[in-house]
Amino acid sequence: MTDTAIETQPGEPIIELRHVDKWFGDFHVLRDINLEVRKGERVVVCGPSGSGKSTMIRCINRLEEHQQGQIIVAGIELTADVKKIETIRREVGMVFQQFNLFPHLTVLENLTLAPIWVRKLPRREAEETARLYLERVRIPEQADKYPGQLSGGQQQRVAIARSLCMKPEIMLFDEPTSALDPEMIKEVLDVMVELAREGMTMVCVTHEMGFARTVADTMVFMDRGEIVERGPPQDFFANPRSDRTKLFLSQILAH
Amino acid sequence: MADVDVTQELPLPIERPQPVTSGPLAWLRANLFNSIPNTILTLAALYLLAVAIPPVIRWAFVDAIWNADSGRACRGAGACWAFIGDKLRFILFGRFPYEEDWRPLFVVVIFVALIVASCDRRLWGRRLAALWLAGLVAVGVLMRGGILGMSYVEPELWNGLPLTLILSVVGMIFAFPLAILLALGRRSQLPAVRAICVGYIELVRGVPLITVLFMASVMLPLFLPTGMTVDKLLRAQAAFILFAAAYLAEIVRGGLQAIPRGQYEAADSLGLGYWRRTRLIVLPQALALVIPPLVNNFIGAFKNTSLVLIIGLFDLLGATNAALTDANWRGYSVEAYVFVAAIYFSFCFFMSRYSQMLEREFNKGKQR
Repeated sequence: MTDTAIETQPGEPIIELRHVDKWFGDFHVLRDINLEVRKGERVVVCGPSGSGKSTMIRCINRLEEHQQGQIIVAGIELTADVKKIETIRREVGMVFQQFNLFPHLTVLENLTLAPIWVRKLPRREAEETARLYLERVRIPEQADKYPGQLSGGQQQRVAIARSLCMKPEIMLFDEPTSALDPEMIKEVLDVMVELAREGMTMVCVTHEMGFARTVADTMVFMDRGEIVERGPPQDFFANPRSDRTKLFLSQILAH
Repeated sequence: MADVDVTQELPLPIERPQPVTSGPLAWLRANLFNSIPNTILTLAALYLLAVAIPPVIRWAFVDAIWNADSGRACRGAGACWAFIGDKLRFILFGRFPYEEDWRPLFVVVIFVALIVASCDRRLWGRRLAALWLAGLVAVGVLMRGGILGMSYVEPELWNGLPLTLILSVVGMIFAFPLAILLALGRRSQLPAVRAICVGYIELVRGVPLITVLFMASVMLPLFLPTGMTVDKLLRAQAAFILFAAAYLAEIVRGGLQAIPRGQYEAADSLGLGYWRRTRLIVLPQALALVIPPLVNNFIGAFKNTSLVLIIGLFDLLGATNAALTDANWRGYSVEAYVFVAAIYFSFCFFMSRYSQMLEREFNKGKQR
């Protein structure tokens, strides 16, 4: 990882959240969330646990339902319409904290499943693409193993490759390194930095501030269900405006 | 670790005297006589075996009579296997026309061949399904006849082992998919679907199989419009399918509940949609988890087919009972039941071995 920020020319807005509210029972998890992500933009979302970061990005591919406001992804508004949801999910890749690989399938099968069944690619073509992406996440030799036989870092890289095989427009990362042993975090972040370099639109929930500094175009700080502060990383880290941001940064950067 | 000084003299390891660890004597000591309670248990078990086994062997083999023309000629201290020899055809095929024996025999062979073919993993998939379909059609044609120059045999006369196999195998083939749908329905988001599935499962589970069979054989005809009849065998078959499905559904549901939410989310995030998610991700894992209880249930269902005796169908056990009524051969029920028990056992044992093979197959991915 280098410290030089990656340059981008942000394009059209591809994700728009307008006045989004969500409750879990009586608990107000998302309060009037407004967020715009442009094509090619890299947004890093941070904040204390329970602040609604994960919930927010899970709303983008409707793993969670929002109750008020509008979410528009790639020009399609998310409603209860299953067809639209599936269209959006095809274009939005997601990487989870717990990897969520399919344990009964080999690595290669994990990668080719959705391209074959959803994109209707011929098997051979799907396998070629899959091997290409395994190469890119630097584990081509693991293709025929089962997820349970890999280390956490390797599993997460497979999970990233699995999403990439669908050739998504957008990648969502929900704390991708939080479940990893420290020595495996770098191998996953390296893959993510590379992805950012190639111009992928990314929304990452993460506590890895080094990574945020390197790749983020926009930092978003959330607390208690609200977006408290946002801005380019230079400003965000150097001159945080809100006290809550200052407190959070002092805690997370203390050592 | 590269620069260890090998010239330095290390103290030689002192050899610990090894206990005798090989040979039959060591095995006996380690496994059967390793403590006083174990020694007592071993001796007691040996005593019981010594008391029980010789008489059984004497009855079954030494004093057994293998050839006799009638029951009277067969009286003796030992088993009368001549009875089985004489009644073998009737026990296996019941009242199926004698001159057409080859047909039920062929049916049994087809079933066994299909079951054995299912063990070959290379055949799994469309080919196996096609094989089964062809096999079942052949079974139907062979039993029923009426075409290809075979005489028509009414279902009343489909007796013995073929009937047992038809009821259980066809029953499982239809009950299993139905069970999966019921289990999925019970976990559905749609309240109406859920209510129907819960209602069905709870209702059928709450009723003894015998009652279901009675209802199918006695009550159902009362509800059908006059002139419309459904064959008794078909009704019993339907009763079996509906009954087994309710039990299997709960087992499948247990498997479904064990699948972590992350698996659903991962499948959703790839845009698989409900049915592909269910078929490709959820069910393969859920079913692999519940192989032991599933097979347990299959074994139970296989043996439960013997209850059709009560509504007047002659399955393997029914035909055996009928064979016992021959005045010429009175009093050989033990031999008869030992014989059918052996048949039931061999099928059940096969199923249990098969399930162990499946478990090994599906657990491959879990080993590190």
